[in-house]
Amino acid sequence: MRYTPHTSADKERMLRAIGLESIEELYQHIPKTLRERASIDLPEGLTELAVRKRLAGLAAKNANAADWSFFLGGGIYHHFIPSAVDAIVSRSEFSTSYTPYQPEVSQGTLQALFEYQTLICQLTGMEVSNAGVYDGASATAEAVLMSRRIQPARRRRVLVSRALHPQYRAVISTYLRNLDDMQLEEIPFDVTGGTDIEQLSRRLNDESMCTVVGYPNFFGVIEDLGPIQSACARSGAQLITVTTEPLALGLLKPPGAWGADIAVGEGQSLGVPMTLGGPGFGFFACQKKFVRNIPGRLVGETVDTEDRRGFVLTLATREQHIRREKATSNICTSQTLCTLAATVFMSLLGKTGLRRIAEVNAARAHDARDRLVSEAKLEAVFSAPFFNEFVMRTRGADEMIKRCAANKIAPGVHLTRWYPELRDCLLLCVTEMNERGEIERLVRTVAQ
Amino acid sequence: MSALSEPSPNKHSSRAAPPRLLFESGSSGRSGLYWPAEGEKIQNQIPATFLRDDISGFPELGELEVLRHFTRLSQRNFGIESQFYPLGSCTMKYNPKINEAVARFPGFALTHPLAPAEVLQGALEVLYGLERMLIEISGMEDISLQPSAGAQGELTGLMLIRAHLMEQGNPRKKIIVPDTAHGTNPASSTLCGYEVVQISSNSQGVIDTAGVTKVMDENVAALMVTNPNTLGLFETNIAAIADVVHGKGGLVYLDGANLNALMGVAKPGDMGVDVLHMNLHKTFSTPHGGGGPGAGPVAVKAQLREYLPVPRIVKRGDGFELREDFSKSIGRVRSFFGNFGVLLRAYTYIVSLGGDGLQEASRMALLNANYIRKKLEKSYQIAFNEPCMHECIFTDRIQHKNGVSTLDIAKRLLDYGFHPPTIYFPLVVSGALMIEPTETETPETLDAFVDAMLSIAQEAKENPDIVKTAPHSTPVSRLDEARAARKPLLRWEPDRKND
Repeated sequence: MRYTPHTSADKERMLRAIGLESIEELYQHIPKTLRERASIDLPEGLTELAVRKRLAGLAAKNANAADWSFFLGGGIYHHFIPSAVDAIVSRSEFSTSYTPYQPEVSQGTLQALFEYQTLICQLTGMEVSNAGVYDGASATAEAVLMSRRIQPARRRRVLVSRALHPQYRAVISTYLRNLDDMQLEEIPFDVTGGTDIEQLSRRLNDESMCTVVGYPNFFGVIEDLGPIQSACARSGAQLITVTTEPLALGLLKPPGAWGADIAVGEGQSLGVPMTLGGPGFGFFACQKKFVRNIPGRLVGETVDTEDRRGFVLTLATREQHIRREKATSNICTSQTLCTLAATVFMSLLGKTGLRRIAEVNAARAHDARDRLVSEAKLEAVFSAPFFNEFVMRTRGADEMIKRCAANKIAPGVHLTRWYPELRDCLLLCVTEMNERGEIERLVRTVAQ
Repeated sequence: MSALSEPSPNKHSSRAAPPRLLFESGSSGRSGLYWPAEGEKIQNQIPATFLRDDISGFPELGELEVLRHFTRLSQRNFGIESQFYPLGSCTMKYNPKINEAVARFPGFALTHPLAPAEVLQGALEVLYGLERMLIEISGMEDISLQPSAGAQGELTGLMLIRAHLMEQGNPRKKIIVPDTAHGTNPASSTLCGYEVVQISSNSQGVIDTAGVTKVMDENVAALMVTNPNTLGLFETNIAAIADVVHGKGGLVYLDGANLNALMGVAKPGDMGVDVLHMNLHKTFSTPHGGGGPGAGPVAVKAQLREYLPVPRIVKRGDGFELREDFSKSIGRVRSFFGNFGVLLRAYTYIVSLGGDGLQEASRMALLNANYIRKKLEKSYQIAFNEPCMHECIFTDRIQHKNGVSTLDIAKRLLDYGFHPPTIYFPLVVSGALMIEPTETETPETLDAFVDAMLSIAQEAKENPDIVKTAPHSTPVSRLDEARAARKPLLRWEPDRKND
């Protein structure tokens, strides 16, 4: 393929206008040694048809949720996406535009982002939301960095629940690795599968900066944020909640109602296809008093010269393009097309639809777990309430995964690579996409 | 409540009133989703203390209402398929449709990152293949595709440098950044625990050996440089400068934001560069999406390989596996494998064009930029009288005599149906207008843009007011940004009157 429209006549005409003879003259000022070695040793280009066939061949080598029964969660979820979402996201006026620096011709993106910010506030019960960040993991790291900007210098201990997504813990640790004042500590989980609140209370003190917990956590457990929040508040530490499955917030009391200071998470569940875990988007919400410490883009309402309502990027003095080395973050993207998908998705489902889908998730997940216990004789590892994910102890997880794979079932994620103490334990996820028949097949295959 | 799609009459001008917000229409109980209830009562599964009430204010709309709303919003945007979008340093080239089609194949869109690697071989082959192709294009030696965007690539790259220096005994304290750099460069440096030392470009718009030598010492970890720089100029002294930096034990970081000028023209790997990030949403045609998602892979020379983020994709026999056992790795910078959907589009693009096609793309990008430069040089002041690469920079010096500024010119371009160039950047040029046409535009489009610019130059002389009060034809006129920042309204609220 070639996407350059220039004919030889075009090139000649243009070169003549510039006053040159050949294209090479355009870069004669680049040192010869560089130019001589610059050729690209890659195969020749292909026709669109050949490209399509080649990529279809590669796609065919992957297990996908249309052919397989996925009981996989762990931060990325297979949910129903109404056709209308892709219809909007595919519109080139949205997909091919740049960051809305010219607000007069970006009102579409800006208003959608303003609506997105509102929806995230409503969903999380928080007061302010930014326009989005990369993913749930970097959102979590950015939340810790924001807490560092807010809290006094003597508070630099970060307490992270061991039941927080292991990759999120890894990203926090990467982001903090070069900040010498920071101290990371892990809080264990208890037999319920929730963060060990007694341990947490004991470890919180006047040097604690923040506590980071999953809600629901990596095991699908609905953390009891009441006592966690009280313990944080008593010691003066901030509470950061991390939600990898935001659909749960259609049903669960939101972080804001529990008194969280910062609520972040991964938004992929809200209308974005799984696509091997990216792109999705990180959502980032907090209390209003912290707004000037927020990382990333913010859209605000204003008026034009004729008093018409309009929207602009605002509070840019926090950001890298103005503040450079003093910026709140280096981020300059907001995964806008993915947040647009989420905005359309939430608009379509609305108040009743979101609740309905959340209820269906919880109902099917509870049904599946009950049947795995009663019919397949597996053991439920944790006792705390859960949403659509739960942990089961198997009689040999690797063997079970293989047996299921032969039947095009992915029965869950083996937890031992992150939790040696949870050997042969699987994290299972059941969503509205897992029909009754699939659950039946899972139970039968596992029971063998 | 009134209908979402119907604008209310506007008392002020001929412009239509802005659309309502999602939250200002609808009817209680309405939803765009049909899904029957099932299962027993939720209270039997989850204790009531954990359950929420209705989400107050959440939308209650039907499917058509929602579609009409967002379709109307889309019509209030400029995009590449509707307008020429010569935004400098952003590389707003055509985003091919085949890339979009491929990204929607169920074998890619419906894959889960925690499925076993044995059943993700096609996806891993794409990632591995893209790694090899980007290495070949850039002349580097290894790569990580994990960073989600250019800025995260910068942070990752600086962390690699720091880990490497740390292992040699001293992470050092400072990063040298030219005054023409993107703002993310200094911001990323701070986040990596470094101080920023700014150096100036010389009268030819590039940095020189003497300038770097003056500040380069054993406390400097790296020089961070963009090439071509944000003035659209090739840093001709780059190899000698790299020698100076290496001579003092520092490393050279190249911001690859402008790689679209270099494919088949010059390889960063041959310039003495140790670390390079690439913006796949610029050079490799993945859509900008109104502000992401992008992807910012980081390529390195061999001495930094062992610090790259995990997991890494390793070829074994005919297959690919994911490995985390690299003890010196800086760790993860994000979840899973980065923005796979974006990486997949870039892979498709590179395979479509091939090596020759990529070189042709860069060459035509240079041709288009130089053509515009030539056509406008008599009417607008050129910032630096040096040969330009893929973008050219003008200033408002001539128009300023009539009180017309860069901002005014940019806004007036909107009336002519063109997206403006990047304005007031780089900061070292007063009133900069940075024009990057990209290679996918026809000369006819460039001529039309040139005509508009010439016409605005004329207007600036004869009727400056029409320029100063522009835009006149957009859905809204100039917006009060000061007011937005002074009293931030960052969300809709039910009790606030929206008049």
